[in-house]
Order: sequence, then C-alpha cells, then structure tokens
Amino acid sequence: MLWLLFFLVTAIHAELCQPDGENAFKVRLSIRTALGDKAYAWDTNEEYLFKAMVAFSMRKVPNRETTEISHVLLCNVTQRVSFWFVVTDPSKTHTLPAVEIQSAIRMNRNRINNAFFLNDQTLEFLRIPSTLAPPTDPPVPIWIIIFGVIFCIVIVATMLLILSGIQQHRRKNEGPSEMEDTEDKCENTITVENGIPCDPLDMKGGHINDAFMTEDERLTPL
Amino acid sequence: MEKARPLWATPLQFVFACISYAVGLGNVWRFPYLCQMYGGGSFLVPYIVMLIVEGMPLLYLELAVGQRMRQGSIGAWRTISPYLSGVGVASVVVSFFLSMYYNVINAWAFWYLFHSFQDPLPWSVCPVNGNRTGYDEECEKATSTQYFWYRKTLNISPSIQENGAVQWEPALCLILAWLLVYLCILRGTESTGKVVYFTASLPYCVLLIYLIRGLTLHGATNGLVYMFTPKMEQLANPKAWINAATQIFFSLGLGFGSLIAFASYNEPSNDCQKHAIIVSLLNSSTSIFASVVTFSIYGFKATFNYESCLNKVILLLTNSFDLEDGFLTASNLEQVKGYLASAYPSKYNEVFPQIKNCSLETELDTAVQGTGLAFIVYTEAIKNMEVSQLWSVLYFFMLLMLGIGSMLGNTAAILTPLTDSKAISSYLPKEAISGLVCFVNCAIGMVFTTEAGNYWFDIFNDYAATLSLLLIVLVETVAVCYLYGLRRFESDLRAMTGRKLSWYWKAMWAGVSPLLIVSLFVFYLSDYIMTGTLRYQAWDASEGQLVTKDYPPYALAIIGLLVASSTMCIPLVALGTFITRCLKRGDTVPGA
Repeated sequence: MLWLLFFLVTAIHAELCQPDGENAFKVRLSIRTALGDKAYAWDTNEEYLFKAMVAFSMRKVPNRETTEISHVLLCNVTQRVSFWFVVTDPSKTHTLPAVEIQSAIRMNRNRINNAFFLNDQTLEFLRIPSTLAPPTDPPVPIWIIIFGVIFCIVIVATMLLILSGIQQHRRKNEGPSEMEDTEDKCENTITVENGIPCDPLDMKGGHINDAFMTEDERLTPL
Repeated sequence: MEKARPLWATPLQFVFACISYAVGLGNVWRFPYLCQMYGGGSFLVPYIVMLIVEGMPLLYLELAVGQRMRQGSIGAWRTISPYLSGVGVASVVVSFFLSMYYNVINAWAFWYLFHSFQDPLPWSVCPVNGNRTGYDEECEKATSTQYFWYRKTLNISPSIQENGAVQWEPALCLILAWLLVYLCILRGTESTGKVVYFTASLPYCVLLIYLIRGLTLHGATNGLVYMFTPKMEQLANPKAWINAATQIFFSLGLGFGSLIAFASYNEPSNDCQKHAIIVSLLNSSTSIFASVVTFSIYGFKATFNYESCLNKVILLLTNSFDLEDGFLTASNLEQVKGYLASAYPSKYNEVFPQIKNCSLETELDTAVQGTGLAFIVYTEAIKNMEVSQLWSVLYFFMLLMLGIGSMLGNTAAILTPLTDSKAISSYLPKEAISGLVCFVNCAIGMVFTTEAGNYWFDIFNDYAATLSLLLIVLVETVAVCYLYGLRRFESDLRAMTGRKLSWYWKAMWAGVSPLLIVSLFVFYLSDYIMTGTLRYQAWDASEGQLVTKDYPPYALAIIGLLVASSTMCIPLVALGTFITRCLKRGDTVPGA
C-alpha cells in the first residue's frame, strides 16, 4: 500500500515537472565560465540551495507566503549544468502560474545570483528576461564640464593676448610723441651767446647722427 | 618707414611648422589603408620612388619660391608674372574651402576627447531601450562604436536631402576648435612659432607610446604579418603607382599656399633645400610609423573579434547539446563538431545555420580609411584595452594635435596674402583680420554640424581640393621653369642661399614632375567621366549599415561649383590683368 502511494506521488511529481511542461522554466548555469578555477561542483546540496532561493522568492509574493522548499521540483539535471523546475501549490496537485514565478524571480534576481556567485549571463532563466541596469546619468553630463573648463581657458588666453597686443600698439604710438615733447622743451631753453645758439646740455646725445644716411635704407639706391 | 616682415625666431620653428602642417590626419588614416589595399610591404616601393621623384622636388620648389619672393601666394605669383596672380588666388580659395571643413574633424576629436573621461566609455556599451528589457534597436543591428558615431555624434539623417537642424553639441565643439585656432594664429609667426613646437612633437610621443602598447597587445603580430607581407604582383597594378603619387602629393600639402606662406617668413639665406629633404623624409617615415601602429591595432581587433566569434559558436553548441560547461574549447571545436554531426544528425542540422564560420582573414581584410578608421575602428580596439580611458584620451589628443597643426598651415595660407595686401592691412590690424577669417569659417562650418553635415563633409573632402590642386601645382611648376626662367630662378637661389642648384632638381622641375602631374590629372578626369554619376554612402538606421545612394542634382551642381571656383581663378585673373593692361595702354597712347 505504501509502495503504491510512493509510486503515485513520484508519478505525480514526475508529471508536474517535465521539460517544456506547463509553467516549467529551464535554468542554465555556466559555473566554470564564471569562476574558472574556483568553480564548485553542482551537487544535490547546491540543488537544495536553489530550491530554497526559489521558495524564498515565492514567499515574497502576496498570497504565496506559505511556499516551502519541498514545493519546488527539479528535473532533468544535465551535465551542462541545466535543469527544469516548477513550483507547486501546497496541495502538490498543480503548478503555480508562470506569470507569478516570473515576477517573483525578476524581483529577487540579484539575491539569487549572489547566492551562487554568478550573474545574469551565467545563471540564465530562459523565458524570464532580466531587467537591465539603468544607465547612471549624472545630473550634468561630464563632457560639458570638461568642455566648459577648456572653453574658459581658451577665452581667457585669447583675451590676454588681444589686450597685450592693444597695449603694445598704444605704447608704440605714445613713444614717439613723448620724445617730441622733450625736444621742444630743449629748443625753448636754448641760450644765445654772441648770436650763436648753443646748447649747454647735449640733449641730442645718443640720437641718430644726421650726417650719415638713415639706417632704414640698407641698400643704396642706384 | 616700412615695417620689417615678421620672421621665425629660429630656423627650427620653420622646420617644425612645415612638419606640423605636412604630418596630418592623412598620414594616420589614409596611408595604412593604401598600404593594405595595394600589396602591403610592396607598396613601399612605389611610395618611395614617388617621394624622390615627385615629393621632394615639388616641396623644394614651393619653399624656394616663398623664400625668394618673401610674400604670400598671391604676391609671390604676381611677382613671377602679373598674369599669374590667379594661381595665388586659386590657392587661397582652395585653402579657404579646406579650412572650412577640416576644422570639423577637430570638433569631432574634441567631442570624443571630452567623452573619454567616463567609465565605461560611452561607445563601448549600447544604451538600454525604453522598457529596459534590451538594448536600443539600431545599436543592436550595428555595433556600439558605429552607433555612437552615427547616432550620438553626427545624428546622421538617412540621405543628403534631409538637412535637419544644427546639432548644438558638435556646434559647440566647432566653436571651441575655431577659438583654439584663433588663439594660435592671433599674433602671426610670434604665436604660431611657439605652438608648432607642441603640435609637431606631441603626436610623435603619442605614436611612440601607442607603438609600444600596440606591439604588446594580444594578436598584434597577426595584423603586422598579414599587412606587411609583400604581394609583389601589385607592383604591376598601375593603380598602386597612381595612388602612391596621389598620396605623396596630397600628404605634403602642396599647392595650398601654406608652404609659400611659411617660407616667406624665412631669412633669405635659409637653406631650404636641406629643409625640404628633411620635411619630406620625416613626413613619409611618419606615415610608415603610423601604419605599423595601425596594423598592430588591426591585428588586435581582428583577433579579438575572431575569438569572440569562436566563443559564440562554442556557447551555441554547449547550450544546444547540453554539453559540460568548459568542455568545448577552440582547439577541439572541429573534432567535437564532427562527432556531434554524426551522433545527433537531426539536432545538428537544426543548429547548423546559426553556426558562423569564424575566420581571422576576413576580420583582417576589412580595410577602412578616413573618419571611419579614426572614429569607429580605433575606438573599437581601444574599448577592449585595459585602462581604456587613458588610451582614448591619448589617441584623441594626438588627433587634435595633428589636426590643429594642419589648420595652422591652412589659415596661414589664407592670412598671409591678406596681411600682405596694403589695402586690407592698412584698415584692420592683424588680429582683426584673423578674427574675421575664423568667424566666417566657423559660421559656414555650421553646415557640417547639421544632420546631413557628414554627407557635405564627404563632398568637400573628396572634391574641393583634388583636381584644383593638381592644376595649381602644374601651373606653378611650368611658370617657374618656363615663364620665370629656370636659369633666372637658379641664379636667384644661388644669390640667396649661396648653394649651386643640383642638376637633379632642374631635371625634375623641368621635365619629370610636370609629366607626372599631367598623368595624374588625366587619370582623375577619366575616372570621373567613366564612373558616370557620383555616389555616396548613406547610413541606414533601420538596417544598421551603410547603403550607396546617388547624389541629387543640386549636390552635383555644388561639386561642379567647388571645382570650378578654384580652377577658373587662374584663367579669369589672367584675362582680367590682360584687359586692365590693354585699357591702361589705350589711355596713355592718345595722351602721348
């Protein structure tokens, strides 16, 4: 009698969890790709942990707080490592709808990944799309900040160069007119002795000697 | 009292200015493409032959003319013959077109440079779509680097007819680029002379760093071996020789008037023969140096893509047949494929169409040139390197230095004739003229920042300078040799520099170089005529790739206008001078 019950239970279990069964999901793990040398072997203890994580996720769904680990069934475990799983209701007669399982897994995907040291690519739930991380947009795009800095530097440097150029121009224009003022003063104070003007102070010292040609003409004209 | 002409502070500044102008983006993104297409290592043979026969003589000619006449291009050619000032005007017009579109490249380099300070690099990941379940559709079809270039940088429209609006981000970068150029040319040779120390030397530093990094990358040797293996049969291909000649010609920047402008600020006794040889040799060796770097980067990228392709196939097979994770590797892939085909034939046939044939050769064979190489292929390689932000910043900084260096030459070609002419320089100071030129160029350059801007950029890049330059340099050579007189020029040079002109230069100037230019000219014309209508590559957002389209009639008209406006200057100004002379003679004769 007991054997009959046992066979019945396993038969029902077998029917509930089947590849491509109703409300069944395939899971695929790539442990060696993710961890390399530190890869752990997939055994029944890891399966127990997986069942626990799925049960934990289902418990977070309203109306499903009573999900137990024994309600999660695994089947068709391959060497890949891949397997199918379903979540049954407390009476173990039928499986919970796929939509609920999908939303539960999506909410807790991060916790499940971390329990196995894997990520969205190495622990795949087929038919459960993962939510991609939102792009981290800083309030001001970084490139504008750098653009602003370089723009200001260039503008300041340009202004400095233009202003110094204008100053040089003004100095050149004022220079010759200053020279003319001192020469006028000198001529006003020329003393006259014996009808011959003489300048006691040689104001013209260091100026161009007009006896020779001006230095501007480097080549004598023909 | 006449103002003394501004001079370079040292001859070194002049050499650096020429190097900074000649070594530009073409060395980095055009020469490696040509080398790859026309026989790898064996392309160096036509390249070096053309350098000796065409590049050095023509460069020496331009520098000598500038140094002898001590004026910008218009004044220099007017001195040689009053009917020839049209050549100078044509040079200025071509330089004007060039500076309009060339600075847009600097704007793009700025854009990428500013975006390099982020982690992860914005062109390494696709943006997430609206409901965060997958990536943006256009990005999935193309690659993330192509998406960033075509969508985020250019925001390109599907065809040249759809103009779109001015994109404010590239427009800002363009304004910054022009401000920087203005800052560098503000004081004439005083400021330019100091800037060229940096723009000439920094790219070499970056290239050296990249060489070391490139050679140590995984898979770099694949690229180097594949590209440099000489394919001797290409030596018989006339296109290889023509392209070598064209590359030397345009790479040295002959005919724009920049070299004449730079040389006009020299001391008359400067040894320009030595400088011509140094500049042309350095220019060509930089091209070869840059192609070594480019090929090692190609090799790395191709190996990376090849290994990703293999990994995808491995994953596909592992998932379909539920094999143990890590069992399939690149080495046993073929064996296992054979085993699976025999053991599970039906399932294997289902999966077979999705299995791609990964080949390293096809990855290496993708030959790209131009902005595609600089902004798509290189960024794809950079995003896979470690510390990619550093490499990205270095690379775009180098592009900027190369671009700004060439811009200094272009603007000098426009400004020197303007500041030389007494009519303009008596009204406005030098700073105002430079500012006006930069402002006008920037305003017109806004066209290239619209959504169809890249298509207009391609038009300018392909047609604004090519035919006109060939004609200009041909007229220049013929004018100096036959109108001015080769003997007269030779004695001028001897009086200036004290050196006797070697027979080699005379032979090249009088005979070989003009013949070469004429043959290039004939080839280009026949090429244009034979291909019939002109076409361009447009980006199709729905397919995620480039498609070929025909130019609309108004674009063809603008191309014709571009070419005509510079070439027609030569005969028109000659005619104008002839008419004014006739009128003057007609006025004086009755009086006498």
